[in-house]
Amino acid sequence: MVLQEITFYLFSAIIVASGVMVIAARNPVHSVLFLILAFFNAAGLFILVGAEFLAMIMVIVYVGAVAVLFLFVVMMLDINYVELRQGFLNYLPIGALIGFILLVELVFVLGTRFATPETVGATGAPIPPLSEMTNTEALGQVLYTRYIYLFQASGMVLLVAMIGAIVLTLRERGGVRRQSIARQVARRRDEAVEVRKVTPGSGI
Amino acid sequence: MTTLSMSDLMPALPELWVAAASLVLLLIGTFRGDRGTGLVSWLSIAVLIIAAVLVVSGPQDKTVTFGGMFIVDAFGVFAKVLALLGSSLAIIMSLGYLRNEGMARFEFPILIVLATLGMMMMISANDMMSLYLGLELQSLALYVVAAFKRDSVRATEAGLKYFVLGALSSGMLLYGISLIYGFTGSTNFVQLAETLRSTDVAHSVGLIVGLVFLVSGLAFKVSAVPFHMWTPDVYEGAATPVTAFLAAAPKIAAMALFLRTLVAPFMEAFAQWQQIIVVIAIASMALGAFAALRQDNLKRLMAYSSIGHMGYALMGLAAGTSQGLQGVLVYLALYLVMNVGTFAAILTMRVRGTMVEGVNDLAGLGKSNPMMAFALAILMFSLAGIPPMAGFFGKFYVFLAAVDAKLYVMAVAGVLSSVVAAYYYLRIIKVMYFDDPAESFEQPMPGEMRAILAVSGAFTLLFVLYPAPLLAWARIAAGALLP
Repeated sequence: MVLQEITFYLFSAIIVASGVMVIAARNPVHSVLFLILAFFNAAGLFILVGAEFLAMIMVIVYVGAVAVLFLFVVMMLDINYVELRQGFLNYLPIGALIGFILLVELVFVLGTRFATPETVGATGAPIPPLSEMTNTEALGQVLYTRYIYLFQASGMVLLVAMIGAIVLTLRERGGVRRQSIARQVARRRDEAVEVRKVTPGSGI
Repeated sequence: MTTLSMSDLMPALPELWVAAASLVLLLIGTFRGDRGTGLVSWLSIAVLIIAAVLVVSGPQDKTVTFGGMFIVDAFGVFAKVLALLGSSLAIIMSLGYLRNEGMARFEFPILIVLATLGMMMMISANDMMSLYLGLELQSLALYVVAAFKRDSVRATEAGLKYFVLGALSSGMLLYGISLIYGFTGSTNFVQLAETLRSTDVAHSVGLIVGLVFLVSGLAFKVSAVPFHMWTPDVYEGAATPVTAFLAAAPKIAAMALFLRTLVAPFMEAFAQWQQIIVVIAIASMALGAFAALRQDNLKRLMAYSSIGHMGYALMGLAAGTSQGLQGVLVYLALYLVMNVGTFAAILTMRVRGTMVEGVNDLAGLGKSNPMMAFALAILMFSLAGIPPMAGFFGKFYVFLAAVDAKLYVMAVAGVLSSVVAAYYYLRIIKVMYFDDPAESFEQPMPGEMRAILAVSGAFTLLFVLYPAPLLAWARIAAGALLP
């Protein structure tokens, strides 16, 4: 138990610290890197409570996709961050208000747990206890059977999104050097390699 | 642990067919490139027609599968056949345009097929989750299709506007669904109906607020007032065959979804949603009538006209009776035929190689192309609801249902706004026959357009002689939804 608690406080402390660094770091690239650190530690917290699937999704989706996307945007857009920072104090009240609302919501969520404890287990599709099977196994048992229709339908939606992105943005441009596998394969040795005699002391 | 067997998949055979075929079409298109657009288009039409055959030959009585998320019944069969018909006609009408305007890309028919798949899933939805996914599949494909003419600023604007507002409406829909789930504990339509019957939740504020958001999201998809703002801009900005598609099949699917979502789970809360529908219907009919009066662009005019027509169709839903639902279904079928015919005419309006779409460009059509003018005149009379054209019967049945349900205010508002709306339909006829001729359109009309225009004109003119099959079919379909 002690080990678990130590681990919990370690992960939590790193999350809070890197959360502060995300908004405090001068260099936006550092901000994003601290965000990734926060995500990794949140994944660690998920593993501590036995939600290993969420932890993996956290790493794959947030670190693998979202944060890398952020990094690309930060590196590719030429934004003057010093200028962007100037209005920091002006936006402080609104930021504080949003933070406060989030805090109140969290208090409510935790409050219901103590006020009406019977609602906690009352879900439409309860997860089986960890001693019987892991999260991933439980998800897999319903995802491809009970929810197969929704799963496949989501696949079609994503396919349409992909077709749409290609249709609306892909343009054929002239003068672009492309890889031609057929030409690469068809190239013979004597077209590419030439054997010369090199006399010592002089170049070719 | 549940397992799926072949018999669980069979009710969804048309959907599976369309989904699998769209992937094959995508492969064919990718290998043949944009030269294969014509081939892919014709194959898409064949796919949709085969799907319609599968729908008709599949189960007609209530069959539920995929753990209660997917339902097949006579209502679904009726709506799916209409949607498939609308989509395949839209692809046929796009053939010439895509060639002439340099828009020939094989993705266009495939996106329409995928949108149609979304429509079929919407129509068969028996759960809030399958409703949402079907709706998103359809909408996402429609956003892309609306912006398909990507070199035109107006089409891009139309696509973007449609996308942003559509995302907003999806948000409202989801919020409503989450409230309904929170207050009833289920997303399944059958279970929702059961919960509402056995408990008092139908009168709880939370459920009603959820219902309002749900109706708002659905009203956006059928472009009913006050969620109609996107319609004129999108219809005008998008390429004309896209507008022809948007005005027909998606409207029918969204309306069918509207009917099923309100009638199947929420009939116990009828008194609550009836008032919303009455207000939406009256506002749509009035706006459709008045806003179109000063429109000189035919596509914009058809946009307002479609807003008005959705108002008339909603009248039947507001009545909440089996007769009213039958009226809506008949209305939708006739609306499809009239709209497709009108857009076939608009798509043939080419002067010296460019498309024109003004009302005044029709001037003198009565002399330069009497057959087209005659067919268009029939369609305009029908859209205005003048007997003995088909459009009159559509209106007649929903008015009858509204009067039987004692919704006199709405019926009177409907009659008055259809009088106002008659002005702009008749104006088109006046321009065609009595104004000084403008430059005549390119001859000859493409064969497929001529056929579509002739068939839809003949159907609207001759529907009065033999309306029984459509009426009987619509009655069976309405009976399946509302026992």
